[in-house]
Amino acid sequence: MNEAKPSFWKRDGVQSIIAALLCILIGLIIGYIVMLFINPAHAWEGLLTILENFFTFGSPAAQLKYFGSTLVKTAPLLLCALSIQFCYKVGLFNIGAAGQYVAGAGMCLYAALAWQLPWYLCLLLALVAGTVMGLLVGVLKAYCNVNEVISGIMLNWIGLYAVNMLLTQVKEVASPYTLVISSVNPSALLPTLGLDALFSKNQYVTIAIPLSILIAVLIWFIQRKTVLGYELQATGFNKDAAKYCGMKEKRNIILTLSIGGALAGVGAAFLYLTGFEQWSCTQSSVPAMGFNGIAATFLGGLDPFGTIFASYFIQHITSGGAFLDKAFFPSQITDLITSIIIYLCGFVLFFKMQMAKHHAAKRKPPKEPKPTVSDSVQSAKGSEA
Amino acid sequence: MVLLLQYTLIFSSVLILVALGGCYSEHSGVINLGLEGIMVIGALGGALAMKYLPSTTGAFWIVVISILAAIVFGVLYSALLAVACVNFNADQTLIGTALNLLATAAAAVIVKSINVMENPDNVSTTIQYVEEKKAFVVSWGSFEFNWFMLITIVLLIFAYIVLYKTRFGLRLQACGENPQAADSVGINVYKMRWAGVLISGLLGGIGGLVYITAGVSEWKFETGVAGFGFLALAVMIFGQWKPQRIAWAALLFGLFRALSNVYSGFDFLVALHIPGTVYNMFPYIISLVVLAFTSKNSHAPKAEGIPYDKGSR
Repeated sequence: MNEAKPSFWKRDGVQSIIAALLCILIGLIIGYIVMLFINPAHAWEGLLTILENFFTFGSPAAQLKYFGSTLVKTAPLLLCALSIQFCYKVGLFNIGAAGQYVAGAGMCLYAALAWQLPWYLCLLLALVAGTVMGLLVGVLKAYCNVNEVISGIMLNWIGLYAVNMLLTQVKEVASPYTLVISSVNPSALLPTLGLDALFSKNQYVTIAIPLSILIAVLIWFIQRKTVLGYELQATGFNKDAAKYCGMKEKRNIILTLSIGGALAGVGAAFLYLTGFEQWSCTQSSVPAMGFNGIAATFLGGLDPFGTIFASYFIQHITSGGAFLDKAFFPSQITDLITSIIIYLCGFVLFFKMQMAKHHAAKRKPPKEPKPTVSDSVQSAKGSEA
Repeated sequence: MVLLLQYTLIFSSVLILVALGGCYSEHSGVINLGLEGIMVIGALGGALAMKYLPSTTGAFWIVVISILAAIVFGVLYSALLAVACVNFNADQTLIGTALNLLATAAAAVIVKSINVMENPDNVSTTIQYVEEKKAFVVSWGSFEFNWFMLITIVLLIFAYIVLYKTRFGLRLQACGENPQAADSVGINVYKMRWAGVLISGLLGGIGGLVYITAGVSEWKFETGVAGFGFLALAVMIFGQWKPQRIAWAALLFGLFRALSNVYSGFDFLVALHIPGTVYNMFPYIISLVVLAFTSKNSHAPKAEGIPYDKGSR
């Protein structure tokens, strides 16, 4: 890389996009094969349903409306993905985002339904709840050396049970679902600022969607343009070197996970304060939003802007999966495709290396000193393994 | 009281098996965060075997065949982790997480498809094995002895011998502590790490089968195993990666897990009026507290989590 401007195909961003598209393609092919096994007659139709999502509706108005609904669920997913991205850049795998999301959901719903607070206070409380969950993971990591993945998972389950208990106090009498915000306390609903009119009067389209994109830009700005971002990433590259340079590595770990927690907490508020979904107080598994965030993060090439598109894609196929004919296919097919994509993201580094090799081979000058014997033995061994 | 003992022992067995799986994998240098998923797939294998075995099968063969099915499923599934993390240097945390998500999704899809094929109105993800499950249990008065308790003890002693008294075990540990040094004396680090991961798949698979047959006689596969794989990892860390300590740690965690099943049988616990949900939270809270106190002086294998690169020094 001694050229000032690398050629188009060698740019890191381009390679990330190619790798991501490759992951998606392979994921979809495997998903299609699975569907062929389940129901060969309807497999292609099923795959199209997943990919088309809102396009399955005939009228443009309905399409626009369901496009809005997909966006409504993209906003929280994007926030969860950003939470994971922000922590991963500091070398921390924030699988606790799911629990921080749960805490945010519990807090904002309780504030809206039990305390009748306006939306901005509910949002703030969700942020606080998420932050506290993230802070716990951070403190355990920084001071007690507890693996953040394991403590994150434990807190996910603790959070789920606690929130179920808390929200049972504000649930409907006859069902396990929480009360409807619009009938109990409309002031807790996020304002739409006329955005709903753009999507065929879809009242769930709120400021959450533009705000989530703004937050993505903000994260990009913090990481690329501020001292804090630089310090955090330096801590991620080498904790000890960062400490040696006078950075407070413990503070940085705690701060990172707290910010990650705040993002996930706000993400939950962005969904539940639209009234799009009610919380089921008997749910026995942690909501998938936090885990799908992992897919969006890695598919987005660990870049805030890439994450925006990846979040949309993941939510697009997840929403599309809901339109599958239940008589032919289980809706978990999309979870299957998503998790295969996450698995394939683990190979991205390998894809990139192969692409680099490919380009290097093409650009090789015709006369090159022959590699020494030991070198070729070494590389042969490496490729064999 | 007998019931509490029985549940403690069976849940401890699950934790010991899965934690030992994690132990083999981590001693070879690979962090296996996918144990949770391996448990689900192993459980699926065992449950399918129990479902499809003819009802005339003898108790002995039910036990053997369902365990073998769990092992095969677990080992094959763990190969996904091994190929990504050992050969392609993938991020071990990411792959482990992906496998956990994949396992629950795949198991739900498979079971649902089977159920729908048998009866179009049945869209549940549940497999029942009421009769088959009885093969695992021998009643001693009011205490239900489960064959898995014996199997666990055997595998525990076996793990101790393998890890500390055999050439294979010591070589495995060398790969987790200092793979470059191990390679320099002719040990194939890649093969050893594959072995470590596959053994963890074997034990994780059995663990999953034990978990779904402990106390219940049907399993809803869309719920996965509720973080039990991670509890087992906590047990492993608390047990400092040593089989004998893992056994004690598992007993403690197993006790708290068992309490959530049987607390209503104790008058003084009922008198406290603690909601059942709190008992469900107990194992996770205890493990957080325990980890906070024990992780500081961790004796984790030094090279765990770092992909082996022949060229680095």
